[in-house]
Amino acid sequence: MSTQVSPDIDALITLMAKLPGLGPRSARRAVLHLISKRTHLMAPLAQSMSEVAATVRECLMCGNIGTGEICDICSDDRRANGEICIVENVSDLWAMERAMVFRGRYHVLGGTLSALDDIGPEQLRIPKLLDRITTESITEVILALNATIDGQTTAHYIADEVGERCMISSLAQGVPIGGELDYLDDGTITAALNARKRI
Amino acid sequence: MEWRDQGAILSVRKHGETSAIVEVFTGMHGRHSGVVRGGISRKLTPVLQPGSQVEVTWRARLEDHLGTFVVEPVRSRTAAVMNDRLALSGLNAITAMLRFCLPEREPHAQVYAGSIQLLDMLGVSRDWVLAYLRWELMLLEEMGFALDLSRCAVTGSFDDLIYVSPRTGRAVSRAGAGDWADKLLPLPLCLLGQGGAETGELLQGLTTTGHFLNLLAQDLGNRPLPDARNRFIDLLARTERD
Repeated sequence: MSTQVSPDIDALITLMAKLPGLGPRSARRAVLHLISKRTHLMAPLAQSMSEVAATVRECLMCGNIGTGEICDICSDDRRANGEICIVENVSDLWAMERAMVFRGRYHVLGGTLSALDDIGPEQLRIPKLLDRITTESITEVILALNATIDGQTTAHYIADEVGERCMISSLAQGVPIGGELDYLDDGTITAALNARKRI
Repeated sequence: MEWRDQGAILSVRKHGETSAIVEVFTGMHGRHSGVVRGGISRKLTPVLQPGSQVEVTWRARLEDHLGTFVVEPVRSRTAAVMNDRLALSGLNAITAMLRFCLPEREPHAQVYAGSIQLLDMLGVSRDWVLAYLRWELMLLEEMGFALDLSRCAVTGSFDDLIYVSPRTGRAVSRAGAGDWADKLLPLPLCLLGQGGAETGELLQGLTTTGHFLNLLAQDLGNRPLPDARNRFIDLLARTERD
């Protein structure tokens, strides 16, 4: 960094530049913005980050992130409806929650099976899932994994592991809401045609 | 440097925030990698799935650079295998075996043609497992481990060939095996290209090709065979038990 910037600010810019979507130039802009709003934004942000850093942890049940040992979803008795939704990571869980249609509980795998990245079944939270199916009297497992080769390989593996313990379903595949056929890839169109339904 | 070729995607690895390093098995340039800008975008993710057939244009300043790919979809195979767990595991095994066996940037026209034919059968034809077994034989042949299954290595007979020597890869007849029978590998009829095959026979054939692939693996840095192949064989064995 340049010599006009103090080492502390320089260190802050370097750290900010490591965030997704930010490079050195945009990090400098963000830091300047924070400094210009020191009281209203920078101090509360620093305090909030410090608090979250001290308390954030992975839920012991589902792998979601929260500030307690058990996350809000797992500790909510109203969500113990016998359904459990399997997602790849926390961002997928948040996406499902934004839709506000699923009222059961989740299980975050923490990845998918991948030969390329050397991720095998033992690296995922599958044993914990099997344990939960028994202890929480689960009646349906919903596989909400990505419609990719790795995602579906993982889905089939989990389906084999769960076996006859409970019903297993997966998200449908096809034309997205607002999607135009002309812009869809042929894989999606094939999947949509295979999953066509009577109207 | 610039060339244009068609091929099947073998692997996709995220590179930075928006790009991907894609490995493609092409007809004229072999197994080749390149960076695809925007490769993890919503538009390109469905195209960049292992097994998909794509047309690529590779550009780099020097030949030994990683270079960049511009990718055009030709046909997707993802939807055909997505709901068929055995075909999906087969696809994973094929891409993993190609990455495992083939050197980079070396054309293998015969393996390419065979691989594309096999990938096109996945999830469409019921005979693809037999085709997979024969494809492994071809892969072994291309890598210098060709099996000689034409006649008995002991008696010279052309009939009743039911074993393969684990050392030489040559066929052995029932009469020629004698007391060594329990030390020899099985030679099911499907490996001789005779008719269709039951799952049990296919598993026997895969045991035999697996033995020689393990020998090949010793020459390739003593690495274990890819897990994807083991998972495919486990699943096939399970379908027979069920």
